[in-house]
Parts: sequence; C-alpha cells; structure tokens
Amino acid sequence: MSLRSPLGVALGRGAAGEGAAHWWAQRASAVALVPLTLWFLLSLTRLPLDDFAAVTLWVARGANPLWLALLLVALCFHSRLGVQVVIEDYVHSGALKFAALLLNSAAHLLLVAAGLYAVLRIVLRGLA
Amino acid sequence: MFSDAHEVPSGRERPLSPHLSIYRFMYTMALSILHRFTGVLLALGLCALVYWLMSAAAGESAYERSGWLFRGWAFRVLLLAWLASYCFHFFNGLRHLAWDAGLGFERVHARRSARLVIVLAILAFLIAAWVLFWPRAGAP
Repeated sequence: MSLRSPLGVALGRGAAGEGAAHWWAQRASAVALVPLTLWFLLSLTRLPLDDFAAVTLWVARGANPLWLALLLVALCFHSRLGVQVVIEDYVHSGALKFAALLLNSAAHLLLVAAGLYAVLRIVLRGLA
Repeated sequence: MFSDAHEVPSGRERPLSPHLSIYRFMYTMALSILHRFTGVLLALGLCALVYWLMSAAAGESAYERSGWLFRGWAFRVLLLAWLASYCFHFFNGLRHLAWDAGLGFERVHARRSARLVIVLAILAFLIAAWVLFWPRAGAP
C-alpha cells in the first residue's frame, strides 16, 4: 500500500516538495528503536555501572558492540529527524532556521561518530 | 463574482502550523506536544549516553572522573526525567505508528489510546525507576 498521492508519485515529491523520505526514515528508525532501546535498558539494569571493568567487558562482549552500534545509529538518526521537525515548525526566521538545522545535523553527526568511536575503542582495548 | 481566493497573495502574515491558539484545549493535544517535548529531552539524554561511552573508552581514570556528572544528585533527577520521557515517548510512539498504519483514527479511539498511553507510561516508569534505583542504591 502506498500512502502517497498519485500526483505526488508522478512528480516524485510530496505537497511540500519533499518529506516522504523523511517521514519513512523517522518511522523506520522508530520501529528499529523499539527492540534496541528495550535491550539496552534491560542490560543497564543488570550492569554494575560503578564498575569500569564490568562496563567495558559488557560493551565488548559477544554481539553487544553490534547492537550498541545499531542503537547509536538509529538513536542519532531518529533524534536528528525529530529535532529537525521541531526546528522547522517553531523557528520561522530564515537565517536562524538554516543555522539551527545545520547545527542540529552537525551535532547529531558528532554524537554518532563519537559513540561509534567509543564502542570501537573499548572493543579494541579488550582485544589487546 | 470573483472570490478572494483568486487574488494575488497580499503578503499578509498567514498562520503557520502548528497554530495551537485557535483550538479548544483537549488532553490529546497535551499528548501531542508532550511527544515533542520528551523527544527533545531524550535528544539531550543522547549526549549523556555518548559521554558515558566516551569516558569508558578513554580508560579507567577517565571513567572515574566522569562520576562528577553521573554520581551527582542532579544527574539522578535528570535520569528520572529521561526515564519518564522514554516511557511516554515509547508508548505514544507506538500510538503514532498505529495511526501511520491507518489504525485508531476515530475520535473515541484516539482518546481511549491517549488514556491507555498515560496509564502504561506511568506504570512502566514506576517499574523501571524501582528496578534502576531500588536494589543498587549506589549505582545510577
């Protein structure tokens, strides 16, 4: 089932000229985040967070780095899209909106890069 | 007769979405704005999550130093706020996904699902807060 209007499909765009891809991306990441965030929070409850060794062992153990990487990517993706919509709806001045959208994208790119780097570094330290 | 619709745009400020002030308040509206509010709060929580991972990646002494944030009472308040935000955003997000699938649009259904989201979010928050804070009082 397509949720797009025939005219929108023909022109390759929605009513605003864009947005269908954004809409789908936000929903797809939301669905992915349901199991990922539940897994993460349940794991946190069983983790002694004061214990550095236990925390880093958990990050590096088994498939955890993979799930953490997916969690970080999906979280940052979903968060960036969500904050973007909030900015688009509430910031009406053109220059300010442009700056805010740019800052939003940059901040979330930085967050996902830093998070993935951290997971990778913990895994590599465990191998050394 | 020509209607106003055919005239050249006047350049007058036209209302932009979301025009909150023209509707009578309904609790379903509170849920809608809460979804955004909790989403933005959770985006800030994402910064804390990445800081936690970065401090663990930087080594044991760096991890200990990050305690200035994670061990403080202010962070516990933040953690509870993020937990509450997550519980609400999770269940209301499922409600939005149901709408996106074309389910539950009827007014009576939307209001019933709103009340269900509130009840489930409060229950989940109480259980999660109890699990996170009660058995290990020293480790938020």
